[in-house]
Amino acid sequence: MLILECPYCGVTAEETEFHGGGEAHLTRHGPDSSEQDFEDYLFQRENPKGVHFERWRHVNGCGKWLHAARCTLTLEVFGTYNAQTFEPPKHIKDAITAKRPGWTWRTFS
Amino acid sequence: MSNAVSALEGAEFNGFAEVREIGLQGMITLRGDLGSKAMAGAVKSATGLKLPELRRIEQAEGQAVAWMSPDELLVMVPYEDVQKTLVALDKALKGTHYMAVDVSDARAVFQVTGPAAGDVIAKLAPIDMGALATGEIRRSRLAQIPAAFWLVGDDTVSGTVQVVCFRSVAQYGFDLLKTAAENGTEVGFLA
Repeated sequence: MLILECPYCGVTAEETEFHGGGEAHLTRHGPDSSEQDFEDYLFQRENPKGVHFERWRHVNGCGKWLHAARCTLTLEVFGTYNAQTFEPPKHIKDAITAKRPGWTWRTFS
Repeated sequence: MSNAVSALEGAEFNGFAEVREIGLQGMITLRGDLGSKAMAGAVKSATGLKLPELRRIEQAEGQAVAWMSPDELLVMVPYEDVQKTLVALDKALKGTHYMAVDVSDARAVFQVTGPAAGDVIAKLAPIDMGALATGEIRRSRLAQIPAAFWLVGDDTVSGTVQVVCFRSVAQYGFDLLKTAAENGTEVGFLA
């Protein structure tokens, strides 16, 4: 059971109040992209044992999409942050580094 | 005009808490920039209430304004005053980016009353009812359906809790509350 804090309404709730939305920080490749890029965008997903970034929606609450940084191994949640961003904010990265020194995830570390 | 009726036409149940559908309630979904002066002014002129802070609900006799999400408010007025309120909102927000829609008939409203009202909700929702403050609105779920609840007026959690859910699931919501309020199933945690 995950306990997530919604960055929009400030509610700390357990995961059944939210709905998972898959991997976060995907770069969308549209009609003019190469086939390789398009395939990567559509199908290639991270499946880490450890630090992971996900999208969640506060579906039974304020209805907004948010991002969560968590550990797939221990279910620890490092933090949640707004979805209006291209990469995790510094305080989230710092929180992860404090617990998992040397972590990497796609291009982030 | 057709004869408007609420989803369960005022269904009632008396267990260790009283569950009652309160009947027709005027509700307006108001979306827009909640930080703008125009929005605060519109809410003030249409209802006389101030703009609620994050997760708060402003209440007065027969009226309430609740914070639903960072760009959405729920304005509650008597059922027959909805059109009047919509006109006032439209007038005050003219020229800004907003949406005000009558959703009165899309929802069902219940009141759970009694010293153990909080326990009834706590049985069904994944939240800490003991931490629900007066004047706070909490959107969560009751078993499988989304619902919002708050304490009526200055009430405490051992008083009256108002519950709003979608009309399409009104019967399910009522049955849930009824089952949770059944005599002999008292929890005695919050009461």
